[in-house]
Amino acid sequence: MNKKLGEYLIEKGLFITAIFSIIIILLIFAFVFREGLPIFQDFGVLNFIFGMEWAPSDGQFGVFTMIIGSLCITLLALIMAVPLSLLCAIFMAEIAPSGMRKILKPVIETLAGIPSVVYGFFGLIVMVPLIRVQFGGTGFSMLSASIILTVMILPTIISVSEDAMRSIPHEYKEASLALGATQWQTIKNVIFPASVPGIITAIILGMGRAIGETLAVIMVAGNVTQIPQSIMDPVRALTSNIALEMGYATGLHYNALFGTAVVLFIMIMVLLVIANYYHYKKKVVIGGGYL
Amino acid sequence: MPFKIISPKNAQRIMKSVFWASGIITVIILIIIIGYILLKGIPAINLEFLLANPSDSGRSGGIAPMIVSSLYVTLVAGIVATPLGVGAAIYLSEYASENRIVKFIRFGTETLASIPSIVFGLFGLSFFVIFLGMGWSLLSGGLVLALMALPTIFQVAEVSIEAVPRSYREGSLALGSTKWETIYRVVLPAAIPGITTGIILGMARAISEAAAILFVVGSALSMPISIFDPGRPLPLHLFVLASEGISMDNAYGTAAVLVILLLIITVLTNTLVEKYQKKMMGR
Repeated sequence: MNKKLGEYLIEKGLFITAIFSIIIILLIFAFVFREGLPIFQDFGVLNFIFGMEWAPSDGQFGVFTMIIGSLCITLLALIMAVPLSLLCAIFMAEIAPSGMRKILKPVIETLAGIPSVVYGFFGLIVMVPLIRVQFGGTGFSMLSASIILTVMILPTIISVSEDAMRSIPHEYKEASLALGATQWQTIKNVIFPASVPGIITAIILGMGRAIGETLAVIMVAGNVTQIPQSIMDPVRALTSNIALEMGYATGLHYNALFGTAVVLFIMIMVLLVIANYYHYKKKVVIGGGYL
Repeated sequence: MPFKIISPKNAQRIMKSVFWASGIITVIILIIIIGYILLKGIPAINLEFLLANPSDSGRSGGIAPMIVSSLYVTLVAGIVATPLGVGAAIYLSEYASENRIVKFIRFGTETLASIPSIVFGLFGLSFFVIFLGMGWSLLSGGLVLALMALPTIFQVAEVSIEAVPRSYREGSLALGSTKWETIYRVVLPAAIPGITTGIILGMARAISEAAAILFVVGSALSMPISIFDPGRPLPLHLFVLASEGISMDNAYGTAAVLVILLLIITVLTNTLVEKYQKKMMGR
């Protein structure tokens, strides 16, 4: 009887650990929303989201320029990262000999593991001066931020889409090759179309990482609250806004920064729901092997 | 008649070199970044840099308090997140039967994994620092990082527990063990290398994070005595040094220390996984 009770308690205990992440998410949402609520009440939801001016000292709290800033940086990063990472994923899944694969796997893991501050630091000391010399301006620009984000989201997109390509049944490929198609024709007409849901998931995950990145972007983007006219203009992302001003914010300004986090939270949730719609379950890739 | 400039054979040849180029470019990107940081940073690293306190707000001196701070927050994160992550993984792979609950919990973990680190930071500030009254301390920072490490530990642990063959469990249950005895004595020992890898990866995420602890750890330069003191872990130190232009030399050194730590972690997990896979294949 005692044994049974023990078993029962253990099961319930494990259940609590399992729902812990849900509890935490609810807590995060509750606390961030609670602190952000005054800005939505006092300043108005629409004024806050679509307001063009961010001037906390004058009581202006519009985050629209930063929403556009975040989206611009992310889209430019995706434009650069998606082609390279899809090519690289196909290379790893279909073409690379095992020796090359053995080199690429740890390379991609290391790229994924480098701390974001180190990427930001590299951008600050290498990319920013390079862009300043090549294109003029200060170098702190949307382009610098996007290049750094490109490198940061490469590993995400590569590993998830490679995984998707690998999970396509062998028969598909063999049938295509048996019909006399070349390797490239097989990739183009069979493997790529079949792995589209996984590739979309990969891109959305990369996008989520890019939108959520904070310090690396702060260090290179210039952080001016304006809608960028060209890719050489400085921009401020939503994340940067919080990190830059939280240190000294009080009153409604403080609430406005939590409000910024609420906007960010909602953007990420929308992405997650879209990713779940494509419903591609990725395997966990670690240490050069699939666990 | 279809108009074709490039024959399939040539297209195959061209695309093959494009694919090779993309793979090589990826390798080159890594070599440039790591190479640059290490080349510039390693000259700044010496015993004094690692063992001395910073002076003049980080302009000179070493990074000893930052190393200790990083150790503290990472250990707190690991100690708090491991039982939660592994426990959740055990529940999901061994107990949960209802599909809806499993889906719900998985969605929860995925969401936790994709919340931006700065949002974790704000939560840490309003919940741990202010609401629970823990103040700006390494404990608050470690707890925030535990929440970030949790999804990683959970995901890897779940996969490695599920990889333990059914026959192990059946053998143990047939001998009269209870479910928990089976898990504790048979399933977990078999899954340990995978779980360890998950813990290392989770702690790696914790040790390299700065945005989430920006407003939580207090960013003090002095040597922390206990986890209740404020501190400044390595990535945060690097951020402050570089973004405020305090000392580029020390920033290079700090960045190199972080990169070396990361390389060690990557090699460690690779060896572990290789061993694990050999063991699972060898049967």
